[in-house]
Amino acid sequence: MTIKGKAYIVGIYEHPTRHAPDKSTAQLHAEIAKGAIEDAGLTKADIDGYFCAGDAPGGVMAMVDYLGLKVRHFDSTDTGGCSYLVHLGHAAEAIAAGKCSIALVTLAGKPRTGPMPPRASGAEADFEAAYGATTHNIYGMCALRHMHEFGTTSEQLAWIKVAASHHAQYNPHAMLPDVVTVEDVLNSPMIADPLHRMDCCVVTDGGGGFIVTSEAIAKTLKKPLVRMIGHGEALKGPRGGQKLDLTYSAGVWSGPRAFEEAGVTPKDIKYASIYDSFTITVLMQLEDLGFCKKGEGGKFVADGNLISGVGKLPFNTDGGGLCSNHPVNRGGMTKILEAVRQLRGEAHPKVQVPNCDLAVAHGTGGLLGVRHAASTCILERV
Amino acid sequence: MADAAKYPKPATNPETAHFWEQTAKGKLMFKRCTACGEAHYFPRSICPFCFSDKTVWEESSGEGEIYTFSLMRKSASGPYAIGYVTLKEGPSLLTNFVDCDREKLKIGQKVKVVFKPTDGAPLPFFTPV
Repeated sequence: MTIKGKAYIVGIYEHPTRHAPDKSTAQLHAEIAKGAIEDAGLTKADIDGYFCAGDAPGGVMAMVDYLGLKVRHFDSTDTGGCSYLVHLGHAAEAIAAGKCSIALVTLAGKPRTGPMPPRASGAEADFEAAYGATTHNIYGMCALRHMHEFGTTSEQLAWIKVAASHHAQYNPHAMLPDVVTVEDVLNSPMIADPLHRMDCCVVTDGGGGFIVTSEAIAKTLKKPLVRMIGHGEALKGPRGGQKLDLTYSAGVWSGPRAFEEAGVTPKDIKYASIYDSFTITVLMQLEDLGFCKKGEGGKFVADGNLISGVGKLPFNTDGGGLCSNHPVNRGGMTKILEAVRQLRGEAHPKVQVPNCDLAVAHGTGGLLGVRHAASTCILERV
Repeated sequence: MADAAKYPKPATNPETAHFWEQTAKGKLMFKRCTACGEAHYFPRSICPFCFSDKTVWEESSGEGEIYTFSLMRKSASGPYAIGYVTLKEGPSLLTNFVDCDREKLKIGQKVKVVFKPTDGAPLPFFTPV
């Protein structure tokens, strides 16, 4: 049993807003659902599967009622920012198994407008909550250890932000459209050592969504055909504190599973959407997915290697979470959307990868240095 | 997390109550599985490695070294240093480094446990030796 070639992404929508004080969160979800359904050339009545995560007010029951959907399959797996990359895999499974025929996935929220609900905690709460773990310092801890073991430098990390900014200048919706230099990143204030402000992603209101369906239905629609050919997901945590190693993520498991199912290797990939909550997130994921050896991510990302038209691996050509959009502090959704744009040939001409027929969309969710998930999706233009 | 009095008190539960009774006595406990011999932290009744229920409490020396850390420059309660300590006995745990010059912390540095009060049981922290 495989999902290879059995599920197609036929509709995408990224909300153009980055600040939405005058809208409700549910309303943003509805606008996104409408946008994705219209992009696919479908109607709401066609949707028979719905997927959402912790950002959806009231969860799947409330959202299906609010949106007026009638579904026969649903999934509210929440693995933080990579939930939507997990949903894509699960939607492909559901479609391959015939549990639904057209699935809608939405993400939306307003962290710029109001406070976010507290992160859910597990059995570890009494033993960790008091120590003030935040995304910034937990990812900072990963970065410091990576530097310690492999000699990775702040300059190398800065190149990731520089590359993202080169792409963001062509995105009219990007929150930070200005090109920055390595020096700009290093001169930005230190937030959580060794991460500077410009090593961190933006905080934005907004969201996005997509539609997944079968080959038969996809071929009746008008958009260029983009299909799933591989998916992997994995979880990693301290596991009792034994052999703690913060230099790798669950991507070391989700990546190979996805590439094996797809029957391709990282060398074949023309475009990569890599979750960029922080610069270190990208560097570690590139290593974990096999784009370079563990410890060599610093060299790999340096000197513009991630800039479209310049380097060997164009990444996050929308400007990514570092410069364009990181709706609801959950960056997995926009990774899928830009990968689909690239495969459709709909990315901005200045960043469109020529003959882009194979892409990866990958992300982690939760806290990389504590408990987190990873999901890897391999997408192909047919 | 500059002011220890601001730390939340542990909720505790039947599985972990003994741990918190011991922090009140200045002792840092962890669990060891007598079936597979492995130590773990935070404590579980069933071993996360071999799934045996033959786990027993053991007192840590409270000594270890810094695996990694990060200095949080800004927060509502002031700057703080968060990190992982690898205990002499093996397990690593998340903590804050206190009573020290945060700017001088280093990976591999020797540290020891200190306890800070809450409205309930004291919490373990670490400070350079």
